[in-house]
Amino acid sequence: MEQLIQLTIDGVSVEVPAGTTVLEAAKKAGINIPTLCYLKDINQIGACRLCVVDTGARALQAACVLPVTPNMVVKTNTPAIRKARKTNLELLLSNHDKRCLTCPRNQKCELQTLCNELGVEDGDRFAGAMTKHEIDDLSPSIVRDNNKCVLCRRCVAACNHTQAVGVIGPVNRGFMTSIESPWNMKLAEMSCINCGQCIAACPVGALYEKDGTQQVWDLLADPKKHVVVQPAPAVRAALGEEFGMEIGSLVTGKMAAALRRLGFDKVFDTDWAADLTIMEEGTELIGRLNNGGVLPMITSCSPGWIKFCEHYYPEFIPNLSSCKSPHEMEGAMIKSYYAEKAGIDPKDIAVVSVMPCTAKKYEAARPELSVNGLADVDCVITTRELAKMIKEAGIDFVNLPDEDFDDMLGESTGAGVIFGATGGVMEAALRTAYELVTGETLEKVDFDAVRGVEGVKEASVKVGDVTLNVAVAHGTANAAKLLDAIKAGEKTYHFIEVMGCPGGCVTGGGQPIVSAAKRMECDPKALRAAALYREDAGKALRKSHENPSIKKLYDEYLEKPNSHKAHELLHTTYTARPKYSK
Amino acid sequence: MPEMKEKYVQLDEVIAKHKGTPGALMPVLQEAQNIFGYVPMDVQQIIADGLGTTLSEVYGVATFYAQFSLEPKGEYVVGVCLGTACYVKGSQKVLDKLSEVLDVPVGKTTADGKFTLNATRCLGACGLAPVMMINDEVYGRLVPEDIPGIVEKYRA
Repeated sequence: MEQLIQLTIDGVSVEVPAGTTVLEAAKKAGINIPTLCYLKDINQIGACRLCVVDTGARALQAACVLPVTPNMVVKTNTPAIRKARKTNLELLLSNHDKRCLTCPRNQKCELQTLCNELGVEDGDRFAGAMTKHEIDDLSPSIVRDNNKCVLCRRCVAACNHTQAVGVIGPVNRGFMTSIESPWNMKLAEMSCINCGQCIAACPVGALYEKDGTQQVWDLLADPKKHVVVQPAPAVRAALGEEFGMEIGSLVTGKMAAALRRLGFDKVFDTDWAADLTIMEEGTELIGRLNNGGVLPMITSCSPGWIKFCEHYYPEFIPNLSSCKSPHEMEGAMIKSYYAEKAGIDPKDIAVVSVMPCTAKKYEAARPELSVNGLADVDCVITTRELAKMIKEAGIDFVNLPDEDFDDMLGESTGAGVIFGATGGVMEAALRTAYELVTGETLEKVDFDAVRGVEGVKEASVKVGDVTLNVAVAHGTANAAKLLDAIKAGEKTYHFIEVMGCPGGCVTGGGQPIVSAAKRMECDPKALRAAALYREDAGKALRKSHENPSIKKLYDEYLEKPNSHKAHELLHTTYTARPKYSK
Repeated sequence: MPEMKEKYVQLDEVIAKHKGTPGALMPVLQEAQNIFGYVPMDVQQIIADGLGTTLSEVYGVATFYAQFSLEPKGEYVVGVCLGTACYVKGSQKVLDKLSEVLDVPVGKTTADGKFTLNATRCLGACGLAPVMMINDEVYGRLVPEDIPGIVEKYRA
C-alpha cells in the first residue's frame, strides 16, 4: 500500500503519498505556489526560485523539488517569502526585453502574469547591463529570440527528454549564459525536427512559430488567386481555447464558419484526406503483408517524426509508409482532381493548411512534395496563427453559427477525425483493414488498446487468418525507445503508428499554449483527444472506406488505391540526413 | 598526418574507458584537451556520439568551464594577472596594450597561431605586481611601455 504522509501547509493539514513535492501538496491544500521554470512531468529543477517556501530550515526551499516529510510545517506566504519571490522576478526583469506590447506572448506570458500577481511595480529596479542576442529566424518553423529568454530550461528539457532530439542547451556561463545550439549554429543548421515542443514549453515569448499569416492575408487579397483552406483534425479540438473556451471544446462548425468569413474561396477539410490516407496506407500495408515487403510498416503522417527518422534512425526509412501526409495529399488532390473538375488552372490555386504543427511548415517546403513543379501546399499556419487572423478580422468566434465544409474534399468519416490523437491513425487503419481483408462488417469499431496517453501502446488484432501485432508511440523519445527495442530484436511488429509530439497532433507545437499552472490541473492531451473521439462517436460513417466522396474520387480519377496515378500524386520518398550539418 | 590519426585513436580509447560511468563527460573532455590541446567541433561530436549524449550537452559543458578551449592555443600563451593586487597596480592597462600590440582580443589567438592572450586570476606573485606569464616565463613590475619590447623577443 502507498505510504501517506501528513503535513501542514499554511495551517491546512494535508495527506499526500510519499514522494509528492511540497508544490503538489500545496495544490491539494488549495494553495497555488508561483512557479516559472517548473513544467509538470517535463522540467523540475528548482532553478528560478519563485516557488520558495519556509519549512523552518536555514534558508527558503524550492517547493517544486522538495519532497514532503512527515509532520512537515510549511509556510508559503510570509513577508520574507513574498520579498524573495518579488526580488527574484525583478532580477529576471533586469535582463529581459520588456517590449510586451508587441510580444507574441503578450497576455499569455507566464512572466507577465507572475509580475502582475506578485505585485512587481518597477520592472527596472535592477536596471543595468543587458545581453544582446540576434534573433534566429532562419528555420522555416521556429523563431528564437533570446532577448526574451528567462533561462528556465523548459525548452531544453522538452527537446532533450520528451523528444530525444537535444539540439539546444545552455551555452557559456553566468551573465553570458544563453540557450542555443552548439557552435553558433542556427536551429535550421541542426538536426532539429521542427516539432515546436520547445514553443509549447516556453513560458515567455522567446520561442514562437515563423509567421505565415501575412502570406495568407496577401493571398486572400489577390483577386487572381483561388485560395483554398484545409484545417487538420486536431485544430477543431483546440482552436476555441484561443477565444476563452474550455480545454477540450469542439469547434468544428465555428471553425468552418470562421474560415469562410475570412474569405477563403473553398473551405475543405484535411479529415477528408485522412480518410484518403487510410485507403492508400491500408492498401500499402496489406500489400507489404502479402508480398513480403519491409515490416513493420511505420506511419508517415507526422513531419516531426519523419525528420527524426531521417536524422536519427535512417535505417528505418524503408519501413516508412510512402504515403504523403494527409494535408499534402489534400493539396495534391486540390491541384489536380479539384482543379480539373472546377476548371481552374492549378497555377492559380493557392492551398493554405491550418495545422496544429510547426513541422508542417518545413514539410510543405520539401521539394519532393509537389506535382509538376507546383507545391502541394503553398502556406501553412498554426492553430495559434489562425486564431490571430480571426481576431484581427473582428470575427466573433464564440457566437458563430456552425457551418459545414465545402463538398468534394470536405466530407469525412469518424476515422478521419481521430487522426489528431495518438493511436487514431492506427485505429482508423484497423477499422478499414479489417473490413477490406475479411469482407466482414466490423461490429465494434473502437480499439481501446491503442487509445490513451501512455507513451508506447501495443495490441494484437486478429484480422481474418492473421494476427497483426501493432504498436503506437507518441513523442520522439518514445519512438526512439520502440525503435531501439526492434533493433535489439526484443520486439517484432507488423504496423506502427508514430506521432512526433506527445499526445499526437492535439498537443502539437502549433496548438494553443497551455500554461504550466493549467497543466498542473489537467492533461490537455486527454481532454483534446476526448473531443475528437466524441466527434467520431457522433458520426454516421466511422470507417474511411465508407466515405462517399473518397469512393467517388477513386471511381472518377484515381481508379484504385496504390494505382499508378495514386502513386504519382499521393506518395513520396525520404532522405537520410546527417546529425550535424557542419 | 599519421600523428593526427594517432590522436583520434587515443580519443577513442579515452571514450571507451569512461563510457557508461556516471559523469563521464568531464574527464573525457579533459583528456581530449590533453590530447589535442583544445576541443574542436569534430572532437566534441565524436565524444557526444561515443558517450551517447548530444553535442549540445558537450558544448554546454565545454563553454561553462574556462578550462576548456574551443580553439587551438598559440605557440606562446600570454596570461596577464587580473588578481586584486595586479589590478590595482594597473594590469588592465598592460592587458589592453598586449591586445593592441598583438592585435587580438582577450581570450583569442593571433591569426598566425603564435600568441594566445588570456586574462588570468592571481598567479601568486603579488610582490611583483603587475605580473604576466608567457608560457613558463614570469614578467613582473610591468608598465604598458614594456610590452612591445617583450613581444618582439617572441616574434623573432
